[in-house]
Amino acid sequence: MKNKTDGAGVPAAACSPEHALYLKKRRREGLLVQIARFSLLVALFGAWELVAAVKLVDPFIISSPSRIAVQIAALAADGSLFYHIGVTLWETLAGFAIAVALGTGTALLLWWSERLRRVLEPYIVVLNSLPKIALGPVIIIWFGTGSAAIVFITVLIGVIIATMQMLGGFLATDKNKILLLRSMGANKRQILQKLVLPSALPQFVGMLKICVGMAWIGSIMGEYIVSKAGLGYLIVYGGQVFKLDLVMAATVILCALAAGMYALVALAERLLVRR
Amino acid sequence: MQTQTRAPVLEFDDVRLTYHTAAGETTAAEHLTFSVGAGEFIAVIGPSGCGKTTLLSLAAGLLAPSAGQVRMHGAPVRCGRGVGYMLQKDELFPWRTVEENIVLPLEIAGQNTPQQRKRALELAEKYGLGGFLKHGPDQLSGGMRQRAALIRTLAARPQLLLLDEPFSALDYQTRLSVCDDVYNIIRAENKTALLVTHDISEAISVADRVLVLTARPARVAAAHALGFGRAVPLERRKDARFARWFDVLWQELNGKAAP
Repeated sequence: MKNKTDGAGVPAAACSPEHALYLKKRRREGLLVQIARFSLLVALFGAWELVAAVKLVDPFIISSPSRIAVQIAALAADGSLFYHIGVTLWETLAGFAIAVALGTGTALLLWWSERLRRVLEPYIVVLNSLPKIALGPVIIIWFGTGSAAIVFITVLIGVIIATMQMLGGFLATDKNKILLLRSMGANKRQILQKLVLPSALPQFVGMLKICVGMAWIGSIMGEYIVSKAGLGYLIVYGGQVFKLDLVMAATVILCALAAGMYALVALAERLLVRR
Repeated sequence: MQTQTRAPVLEFDDVRLTYHTAAGETTAAEHLTFSVGAGEFIAVIGPSGCGKTTLLSLAAGLLAPSAGQVRMHGAPVRCGRGVGYMLQKDELFPWRTVEENIVLPLEIAGQNTPQQRKRALELAEKYGLGGFLKHGPDQLSGGMRQRAALIRTLAARPQLLLLDEPFSALDYQTRLSVCDDVYNIIRAENKTALLVTHDISEAISVADRVLVLTARPARVAAAHALGFGRAVPLERRKDARFARWFDVLWQELNGKAAP
């Protein structure tokens, strides 16, 4: 019952030897996991480098970590690296933000009006199952081959899932708490504001996490279909001219960016969902 | 606040309620007539599924009767006017502190003025929640949570408290003490209360009068003035009349439950 909060590195003041041992074990286990994680990465890259260096497989086909590093350095040197990152990042973030806002807004409307929800239900189901990529040609014709088209694809991929997630969250609001508010004479707006929105906060963060993934899928896929710049463009271009170094370099950068964005959302979760 | 009218706080006048679903219709209550006087504590018991919660929804104005009238101080009840509803679970909002939970009804009613707030928090202070106002509900024990829920119910100064088995989610020990607790607060604040429960002994230990409902459609089968005066629940449980009332109510419930 009197568990101290872990993690914060509670100074071992006035704790039993048994508890000290437990804490030590915990720390050691944590350290071990960290080391294992890092070693795995090093091992993978090492093996890759080795396979390429001894020409077990032609590095022309599989590239290698050192060649990737050289490639990234070259891209950075001529400034195009940051240009491409910027383009993709902008498309991803814009698509993400619009999808989240639009999805949440739509979910609110659908929560508000049960009739609207029933009317739109089959449309949402169809849109959700439709592979958005099928709309590629239409989007090119409507939006051209610039960033607008890619942002649109990104929004398209994220918005339906965002809507469905948030609507699910809104509809899962505790019925008894709604009853309680209604007995106080609350109107629908008050129920939304005082209860539905705050109680759907965990759902909102969950939706953000899903949408981060969706936004990257959208922007890179969009760049595969139409683009003149961006990391997806580099990957496609590298593939076409058989420059695997370029493909791998862009992929590695993409991994890092996606991880960074996820970390930001995880941070937002810690800040938002405290209680 | 002091009303001079002799009209009962709550009146059910030949109320019928019919639920409609795609599968058909169900009459939950029919010819339901009773009244609750000012300062009275009424307990309603009945066979399970007889529509006890429906009765509270009608009293709160959350449901409109299909026929007949539900009146508060002589006028038809209106949702959110003058009633405080207390549910089985405390339903405190975990993202609000105890204080923010307590003033919730004031926010809803648009009465979140400094004076009203102060009064509500004084009530919390008076009943031992003073030290917990800035805490989250999760940091409170089950009994304290239920007490906070009661103070929240009282915050908007309702003329009638509706209690829907407010102790049944607690373990037995806590239940007895919370029952005492809630009883004392309601008496001290001179509130009128309508409690529905399936627990006969709970009904006897708090009420001035017990109404026994029939199986669906619910109707008042019997009404008993218990005559315990202001004796607190724990005293009543020791009283010899307690067992006698238990017998009477038990037989009425079971006699009527299986026709």
